Amino acid sequence: MSIDLSQFIPSFLEESFEGLELMESSLLNLEQGDDETINSIFRAAHSIKGGAGTFGFNQVTEFTHLVETLLDEMRDGRRAIEQSDIELLLDSVDCMRLLIESIRDEVDCDLTKINETSDLLTISLNKGKESEEVQASGEQSTAQDQPQANAGQSIWHIEFIPDHHLVQTGNDPLLLFNALADLGELVVEANCKDLPAVTDIDAEELYISWQLTLTSSSTEEDIKEVFEWVEDECKLNITEEKINNSEVAPAQELTESDDSSTEAAATPPTASAPPPPLEPVPEEIHTAKSQNKTVEAKATTKAKAEVGSIRVGVDKVDSLINLVGELVITQSMLSELGNDFDITKVERLTSGLEQLLQNTKELQESVMRIRMLPISFAFNRFPRLIHDLSKKTGKDIELILKGEQTELDKTVMEQIGDPLVHLVRNAVDHGIESAEVRIANGKPAKGTIVLDAYHQGGNIVIEISDDGGGINRQAVFNKALEKGLVDEKTQLTDSQVFDLIFEAGFSTAVEVSDISGRGVGMDVVKKNIQSLGGRIQVESEPGKGSKFKVNLPLTLAILDGQLVKVGTETYIVPLITIVESLQAKPELINRVSGDMLLYRLREDNVPVIPIYKLFDITAENEQVDNALLVVVEADGQKVGLMVDDLLAQQQVVIKSLKDNYQQVEGVSGATILGDGSVAMILDVPGMISMAMKSASQAQLHKRTTNLEGVTA
Amino acid sequence: MTKILVVDDSNSIRDMVSFTLKSAGYETVEARDGKEGLSKAQAGSFDLVISDVNMPNMDGIALCGELRKLVSFKFTPILMLTTESSGDMKLKGKAAGATGWLVKPFNPEKLLATIKRVIR
Repeated sequence: MSIDLSQFIPSFLEESFEGLELMESSLLNLEQGDDETINSIFRAAHSIKGGAGTFGFNQVTEFTHLVETLLDEMRDGRRAIEQSDIELLLDSVDCMRLLIESIRDEVDCDLTKINETSDLLTISLNKGKESEEVQASGEQSTAQDQPQANAGQSIWHIEFIPDHHLVQTGNDPLLLFNALADLGELVVEANCKDLPAVTDIDAEELYISWQLTLTSSSTEEDIKEVFEWVEDECKLNITEEKINNSEVAPAQELTESDDSSTEAAATPPTASAPPPPLEPVPEEIHTAKSQNKTVEAKATTKAKAEVGSIRVGVDKVDSLINLVGELVITQSMLSELGNDFDITKVERLTSGLEQLLQNTKELQESVMRIRMLPISFAFNRFPRLIHDLSKKTGKDIELILKGEQTELDKTVMEQIGDPLVHLVRNAVDHGIESAEVRIANGKPAKGTIVLDAYHQGGNIVIEISDDGGGINRQAVFNKALEKGLVDEKTQLTDSQVFDLIFEAGFSTAVEVSDISGRGVGMDVVKKNIQSLGGRIQVESEPGKGSKFKVNLPLTLAILDGQLVKVGTETYIVPLITIVESLQAKPELINRVSGDMLLYRLREDNVPVIPIYKLFDITAENEQVDNALLVVVEADGQKVGLMVDDLLAQQQVVIKSLKDNYQQVEGVSGATILGDGSVAMILDVPGMISMAMKSASQAQLHKRTTNLEGVTA
Repeated sequence: MTKILVVDDSNSIRDMVSFTLKSAGYETVEARDGKEGLSKAQAGSFDLVISDVNMPNMDGIALCGELRKLVSFKFTPILMLTTESSGDMKLKGKAAGATGWLVKPFNPEKLLATIKRVIR
């Protein structure tokens, strides 16, 4: 029977990545004599090895075996836990990840690092146990010296005298005989001479022994394998008698005493391969490998077809089932109401509809919760990152994680990882000063980086703060000057200056290090965050440190929107971008610059963008005076969107325009409203840049100086 | 129907063992560690227990020892599923009352062939 296990590869991969993460974080926290932690690391490695072996991912198995052996020595206390070993194990985790990723992505991976690390592991392993190794190899060779080939059939005489308690370990001689009978023709003779008197019989003991005669072409090893599980609980004598030759082969007696030495030979060939410090690779392994390759290839295509999976707590599923149950009740109530409806039942109808609304809302929330994962999934890579970075930079840094249980949509989580890594690297490289500087400034030598996450309204806020030197305002300003982003006369507030670091090609690091400072970072970070519908802000105080605040929507599938009307069209403005809505007073409108109208909003002058003009449609009201303005903010820039009317606020389900039609400038998506009509969701940053583009460069410049003059 | 308890902390291994056994017509019950295995064992009767050795909360050896203390598991075959093929581990398993061991990497055909040695 052939059983295809490749369907389990995706779950093996997922599990392995989880295991690797656990290994990594545990290694970072490992202390001497911490048995439970080292055990859990060992178990993770052990599971990966077991799974990899089953699927024939030999590279993973071989490599993990070395890791496992090392861990096993630590676990048994045969090896002290040294920092150098931990570093080596951390590197090994990276290698295992590389290997497993290459399986997942169906590509070959670069073996240099893996070979290097595996050499190091072998060296480290050999250090303490050279003598053992020699012994083991000696044993193996004697085991192989045994004659194995038995041409033709033989008659095997097997004397099987089980210990009396054999059945108490769950073994059953009858079943063993069945297995023997599969090998050839079997004759069983029972010997009852040890059977005590009926009154003395203990029903749980076994008193019978057997004399078996097997005619078979099997080897002695095959026979011994059948008795493998009971060999310590019986006396077993196996004698061979060749059929072809009349002479009887020298009897090979086997008693308990020499079991241990032959055990190595008796273990089935499927047993995990011994660690490969041995260089010459036998041919068989080559063929085995090529076979495995085809298996792997087949398996990964299957894995590819799968669209990622998600693990959901049972409580979440239960609450869903509950809610669906309630929904069904409401539905049946409503349909009964509809059977013979008259006006007297209106009240019940309303309450039924209200219940339906409530159910739907709860159901929606529960479904959303399924996609929610605690942010620790994104955070738990940072201890390792900090560990590596502080080694590299020589800065002593402590990482504090807060709010790890804060939940976030899976998609958002996946996409926020890289920007966060960049921000943390940035904090290490630019934020935290070297120990000498810190001490000179009266700070503790050890720097601190705090990662915090919490919910605020419908958003999640992630803060990355350091207690370093803060952003050098003058350096940023000078750099901006150099890049031509500002001119000398420009007066900027602190936050405006700090925002400059998110401009493309901006780096104030005096020396470019390989950690950060290549000037390809902060602008990308900002772009990534914006593409998730989020914002990033920075606060900084000289000498005290900086804080980056990332504001993200909880989910990408649903959006809180303000419905607005322009002409016959309904648009949706993301609620998160709206600052306020107001009716424009004619006296506050400033027509200084040609196309661009400015509206004076308290301290600010806000450019007005008439939506009808931007999208080239007709509006009911094309006059700015007394028009309705929705003031929105994006990229720290406020603009007033001119609309005809404000409609309801509601949650809308985002449908991608790109998937259903094509990307449209100024529109981030679409949704279907309650009446079935389609409404566009406005892409506020996109609209701003559209409007900016349409205004000429000169006007833009004029406008900025004007704006600054007012803010100053 | 022959009922088998499969205990392993690795999802994929557990799934695979279970899948293999089911496809051969056995009924399986799964548990994530020794503790869960023990409570499931106490709640029902089984014809065979297949357990991993290295598990959190309660390892396979301890589970084996606990099971042997139960009257209903006194003669039930218990197989340890493990990569550790060393004699040391086998002795520990035997001492705790294990019937035998299955060596990982786990091969479905071999698994089915070997368990025939302990169940009908």
